[in-house]
Amino acid sequence: MKITTPEFKSNAVDALANENLQKAMGHVQVGFIEKRQVAADGLPEFEQLRDSARDIKNHTLAHLDLYLEAYSDKVEESGGHVHWAQTAEDARNIVLDICRKADAKTVTKGKSMISEEIGINDFLEKKGIAPIETDLGEYIIQLRGEAPSHIIAPAVHVLKEQVEEDFRAEHTHLDIDRNLEEPETLLDEARTVLRQKFIDADVGITGANFLIAETGTSVIVTNEGNGDLTQTLPKVHIVLASLEKITPTLEDVSQILRVLARSATGQEQSVYTTFSTGPRRDTDVDGPEEYHVVLLDNGRTNMIGTEFQEMLRCIRCGACMNHCPVYHAIGGHAYGWVYPGPMGAVLTPSLEGVEKGGNLPNASTFCGRCESVCPMRIPLPKMMRHWREREFERGLNPATQRWGLKAWAWFARRPKIYALGAGIAMRTIAAVAGRKGRLSSLPLAAGWTKYRDLPAPEGKTFQQQWRAKGGS
Amino acid sequence: MTPREAILGKIRNQISGDQKDASRRAAVANRLSNAPRGVIPKRGQLAPAKQKDLFCKKAEAVQASVERVSSYGDIGESIGTYLRERNLPQSLRMGEDPRFDGIDWSKAPSLTTETGPSDGSHPVGLSHATYGVAETGSLIMTSGSDNPTTLNFLPENHIVILNAEDIEGDYESVHAHIREHYGKGRMPRTINMITGPSRSADIEQKLLLGAHGPRSLHIIVVDG
Repeated sequence: MKITTPEFKSNAVDALANENLQKAMGHVQVGFIEKRQVAADGLPEFEQLRDSARDIKNHTLAHLDLYLEAYSDKVEESGGHVHWAQTAEDARNIVLDICRKADAKTVTKGKSMISEEIGINDFLEKKGIAPIETDLGEYIIQLRGEAPSHIIAPAVHVLKEQVEEDFRAEHTHLDIDRNLEEPETLLDEARTVLRQKFIDADVGITGANFLIAETGTSVIVTNEGNGDLTQTLPKVHIVLASLEKITPTLEDVSQILRVLARSATGQEQSVYTTFSTGPRRDTDVDGPEEYHVVLLDNGRTNMIGTEFQEMLRCIRCGACMNHCPVYHAIGGHAYGWVYPGPMGAVLTPSLEGVEKGGNLPNASTFCGRCESVCPMRIPLPKMMRHWREREFERGLNPATQRWGLKAWAWFARRPKIYALGAGIAMRTIAAVAGRKGRLSSLPLAAGWTKYRDLPAPEGKTFQQQWRAKGGS
Repeated sequence: MTPREAILGKIRNQISGDQKDASRRAAVANRLSNAPRGVIPKRGQLAPAKQKDLFCKKAEAVQASVERVSSYGDIGESIGTYLRERNLPQSLRMGEDPRFDGIDWSKAPSLTTETGPSDGSHPVGLSHATYGVAETGSLIMTSGSDNPTTLNFLPENHIVILNAEDIEGDYESVHAHIREHYGKGRMPRTINMITGPSRSADIEQKLLLGAHGPRSLHIIVVDG
């Protein structure tokens, strides 16, 4: 997928001016937050389970090589195939090769962020194979030629009137006078249109929420049932998964499942949690004849052993973006790549480089809500700070910012001069502000004062007050 | 170097982990063979009768309908009534589960049944669940000719029979049964854990039932 993260600032400005987007984003702030809270409050062991989930992933990442070997052996033992892909390009070619061998014309797809990351849809289309997204949200954005704007609610930025327009433009074989005003009728239409596509598809591609080392099983967690039709009906099932999805045992998966749906949608459990192991057996009368797993690295192994390793605990629930004031304001597309919100702000520079992704960790007030709701207790603000440091070390941020920080640091290391300077600055600002007590413009900060006035300081400096109150 | 060797080598390099390091290998082998249980919610740790009640309550909370009958002999009549009351066709598609033999179909004279997986043309599917989990009202379905996976997803209406004795408090108790039945480290091709009927909230966050899977899920719990 083409990255527009370097243009983050203009993306964000456009997003703030986009009325439809602003209206749609209102739905995120209302629904997700309250539902998660109710679900978390409804399970007394929720906080303990978060600790347990974190510890399981930490253990797994510390032994990732060995668990990957165990997993891979188990998949082969059950008659499946594991394909190791170091890069997105490797993964695309592996998928194409499997599709060609199956003589595939159409491929149905369950929701998969890895498929977005490797840009498989455009690639297959260019090679003459038609990919069909079947998750309702993914289907809508495929028709619109867009990328998902949220990792679990891909079309969260789209209004129902826009969906109606898209369906009328695409489903031209249906009655032109049909009523499509309500979400119910839109859902019914998508269900009917896609049903035949499920049945006709030659290959089904899904993602995976977990890969279980104990049994060689891939797990998908969904609500619609489209992922299951995708992996059950075609002759060939391809699982696209990044290598940190490995989880040791069924028990470990159950620990994480208990925090996943609650954090994501506020459900106690998603509707369909499906465990797939190898191709169909002699005793099966349905299911795929071939089962392939494409294990993707694409930069993740670079994170192991670094201060960003903890990011690999992420289970893609979306809670961090649901609670992020920046995400609420600008939506997911402004982030410019596959992963938006706080998790995207850490992952994008990790996988695509800080040169391209460095804007994202700067777009945070460090309010800390993301970390407070992350089921895997990932210290997202801390990692964003690490990226800011790396950006500074490499001299990637603007010269004015660097000089400003240097000037401040010079003063901060010299307390007497700092106190003197602060006193002078305070009196100067107060004098300029005059009787009004506010400044409506400031040199070098026109962007800030465009929307608000700066209240002039009153009384004494912090240090003076501190001393007066007997602080040392 | 194969891609597999390259990826594994890179990981070992990054964590300075030695593949032959006995303590690392032992830690992995232990976890895989002992499969330690973590935090188990207390809510499912109840006497069997209470577990059954909790299962029904939790399943209804996620928009499944639940009926309790006292024996397999009562199921035929129960299904006939259920279909009639909802104006659904008196026709069922089902697998070859031997437990279906105990159903007295003569109590639902207008009902026709046929056997096999679904191709999408069947309005009502009948399956037998392998287990139920009280904690969240979830059904555990295992694939095979006795209960084909397509019946769980393609028919618009799904009726599932669950023997009350197969209701457990938590997922971990089910894992123990699966290991016992299929062997350690082995699984059926597909396990579907089903919690309520299919749904989507992808259009303006409005929750709607019946996305791609069944619009209705009816669970018949056989007590006694």
